Amino acid sequence: MQASLDEIISRYKAGSRESLLPLLQDIQIEFGYLNEEAILRVGQHIKLPSSKVYGIATFYDQFRFVQKGKFHIKVCRGTSCHMHGSLSILREVERVLNLKEGQTSRDGRFSLEAVSCMGACGSAPVMNVNGEFKTAIAIQDIAQIINFYRSTI
Amino acid sequence: MLFDIEVNGKTIKARREDTLLMALERNGIKVPTLCHIKDLLPSGACRMCVVEVEGRQGLIPACSHPVEEWMKVRTHSPRVIKARKTNTELLLSNHPDDCLYCERNGNCELQKLAEDLNVRERRFYGKKNKYKTDPSSASLLRDPAKCILCGRCIRVCEEIQKITALEFIGRGNKTQVGPAFNKGMNLSSCINCGQCVMVCPTGALAEKQYPALLQDALHNPEVKTVIQCSPTLSVTLAEEFGLRAGKDIEGVMYAALRKLGFDYVFDTSFGADLMITEQATEFYSRLKFGKLLPMFSSCCPAWIKYAEQTHPDLLENVSACKSPQQMLGALVSNHFAPLAGMSADDIYSVSAMPCIAKKFESQREQMTHKGITDVDLVLTTRELARLIRLNGIDIEQVEPELSDQPYQSRSTAGKMLAVSGGLTEAMIRTLHFLITGKETTQLKIQELRSGKGRKEYFVKIGEYKLGFAVVNGIGNVEPLISEIQKGRTDIHYIEVMACEGGCVGGGGQPIHPEKNNIKARAKSIYELDEKESNRFAHQNASLQSVYNSFLKEPGSELSLMHLYTTYEEREVMK
Ligand code: SF4
Ligand code: SF4
Ligand code: FES
Ligand code: FES
Repeated sequence: MQASLDEIISRYKAGSRESLLPLLQDIQIEFGYLNEEAILRVGQHIKLPSSKVYGIATFYDQFRFVQKGKFHIKVCRGTSCHMHGSLSILREVERVLNLKEGQTSRDGRFSLEAVSCMGACGSAPVMNVNGEFKTAIAIQDIAQIINFYRSTI
Repeated sequence: MLFDIEVNGKTIKARREDTLLMALERNGIKVPTLCHIKDLLPSGACRMCVVEVEGRQGLIPACSHPVEEWMKVRTHSPRVIKARKTNTELLLSNHPDDCLYCERNGNCELQKLAEDLNVRERRFYGKKNKYKTDPSSASLLRDPAKCILCGRCIRVCEEIQKITALEFIGRGNKTQVGPAFNKGMNLSSCINCGQCVMVCPTGALAEKQYPALLQDALHNPEVKTVIQCSPTLSVTLAEEFGLRAGKDIEGVMYAALRKLGFDYVFDTSFGADLMITEQATEFYSRLKFGKLLPMFSSCCPAWIKYAEQTHPDLLENVSACKSPQQMLGALVSNHFAPLAGMSADDIYSVSAMPCIAKKFESQREQMTHKGITDVDLVLTTRELARLIRLNGIDIEQVEPELSDQPYQSRSTAGKMLAVSGGLTEAMIRTLHFLITGKETTQLKIQELRSGKGRKEYFVKIGEYKLGFAVVNGIGNVEPLISEIQKGRTDIHYIEVMACEGGCVGGGGQPIHPEKNNIKARAKSIYELDEKESNRFAHQNASLQSVYNSFLKEPGSELSLMHLYTTYEEREVMK
C-alpha cells in the first residue's frame, strides 16, 4: 500500500500546489478514501501544511476520510428526494445500522453517505447500495433491505 | 495624493492607495468590521463593513474596496444598518447564548455588534451546533461552538506567524475552524503563541485555565503559595484596570498579590538576571571553543516548540538554559524552600505571565524533577487581573510593597526581557563584562530597539567581532535560519521571540480589539532602564548572594542540575 501511495505522489511535481486536487483524486480512486498518512504525505510533497490540505479536501463532497464498508450505502438528500421524505429515510438507515452519515461500521461491513441528487428524481426517494439503486423506498422497507445485505456476509 | 470624497453628506480627504475603510477610519468615521485584520490583505468574507455607494447597486464592503475620487458614501443609512443587523442576527442564530458564563463576557465583539446594532429579539432560529471543546492543548482551549467563522485566527496563524495550524474544515453550515483532521490541538503544529486568541472576537479561543486548583492552594493552610511575575506584568496590568497603558505598577502589583493570599511574591526579573548571567557564560564558552554557533536563545517556549518540530537538527545550537520562569521556579524548590524550612512538596508555585506558551512550558516533562515541578500553575495577565477583580481589590487604593527576599533585587537588564531585543542588550552587557572584565559604557543599542521584525547588530567586544540577530514574530525566523543554513557566519547569537514586539505583545496580554498598547509597554521598560541605577544582570545584589551562598558560579554543578534543560525532536502534524 505504501509503495502505491508513493507511486501516485511521485507522478506529480514536488512543490506544485496546483496538483493538490488531482493528486487527492488519484489517491481516492486508488484507495477509496483519503487517510491521514495520505494527507500528510501530500502536504509534504507539495509543500502545503496538512491543515490546509485537510481543510481544502473537506470542502469538496467527493472526498472521503474513512474507508468505505463492504457495502457502501448512499442515501440521496437532493431536493426531489427531500420532498419525498429522504431525511426520515436517512435517519432510519442510521438507526438500523447504528451509524451516522459519513461513518463506517467497526466491523467494516457498512458505510453510509448522504449525497446530493443522484439523477433518479422520478423515483424519489432513492438510495443506492454498491451501485444498485433502490427506488421509491418507504421507511418500512429499510430494515428489510439492510438485513438482506447483512445476511449475505 | 489626496482627493475628496463625500461621506454622509460631508466632504473628506482620502489617499490614493487607501481602502474605503482606511479613508473612513482616518476621518474618524467608524464602520464595524469582523473578518478584517489591520495590515493584512482584506478577505471581504463577513460583509459586516458594508456601506452604500451612490451609483452602485449592491452594498460594498469597505474593508476591501479601494477608495475612488468623488465617491459618495453612506456609512449608516437605514439600508446599511439593516444589512449589518441581519448579518449579526444570523451569526447569533446558532450561537450558544451562554454569554453570562463566557470567558469574553463584556469583551466580546459579537456582543458589542448585537448591542450597537440594537438587536433585541431573536428573529432567526438556527440549529445550535453541538461541537465539543478541545482541551487537548496545555495552553489553548478551543470552543468551536462559539466560533463565528470570521477566519481571523487562521489568518494570523498563517500569514503572520506562518505556522498554519488552523484552517476552515468542511463547508456550508458544517464549516468549522480546526487543526488538521480536526484532531486535538496538542497533535497539531500549534506552538502555543496565543496570537490567535488575541484576535478571536468571541470566546472560541482562550487560554487554558484551572481556577479551582489555584483557589484550593490559596485556601489550604498546609500549602504555601508562591507567585512570580514576569518583567512584562508590571507595565501591563494597569490597562486592565482602566489606567494609562504602560504605567508601571510594580509595587502595587506585589501588594495586591499578597492581598490575594499569596505567601511569597517574587519578581521573574530576578530569574531573568540569573538566566542572562548563565546564558552569557554558556555563550562565552561556546565562543571560546568556537563550537555550536550561532547560539539561539531559549526563553520563549513557543520558539522552543517550533525548533523541536521544525528544526531538530538545530536543537544543539539552542542555549540549554531554562527560561527565567523555570529557573526561578527551580530555585524556589531547591534553594528557597530549604532556606525557609519548608519542603518543596508544600509549596504551590505559581507564575503570572503575558504568555500562554508558558503554560505548556511548565508542563514539559523536562521541567519536573523527582516529582516536583518547577512551576505548578501559570496565569496569564488577563487571568491575574480577573483574580484581582474577583477579590474586590481596588488597585488604586493599594500602597506599593517590595517583592520578597531572597530574590528581591533585580536589574533593568532583566526587566528588558519583556521587549524584543531586550534580551540581547542585556546579554551584551554581561558578555562585555565576562570578556573584558569591565562594564560597557555603550548601554543603549538603538539598532535593537526598533519595531522591526528582524534586527541585527555588530560589535567588537575584546578580541571578538560579534554579530547579534533578533527576531520577533515567529514568522520572521525562517528566512534567517535559511540564510544561516546557506552559510552565513557573521551571526553568533540569535534572540527569538514568537510574538511580535516580544513578550509585551504576548498571547496572554489584555485583549483590546481596537487599541494596540504594545509600544507604550515597551517604552515604559526602556524608561526604567534609563532611570534606575542597576542596569547589569550580573550586578544584581540578590543574585550575587545566591551565587555566593548556593550556586557558587555560573555553569557550576548546581547550576547545571537546576537551571539547564534538554530538548527533544517532536512529531506533529505539520
Ligand atoms: S497559538 Fe499560535 S501557533 Fe497555535 S494556533 Fe494560535 S496562532 Fe497558531
Ligand atoms: S514571545 Fe514571550 S509571550 Fe510570546 S510566546 Fe514567546 S515567551 Fe510567550
Ligand atoms: S433528488 Fe434524489 S435523485 Fe434527484
Ligand atoms: S470586515 Fe469587511 S468584509 Fe469582513
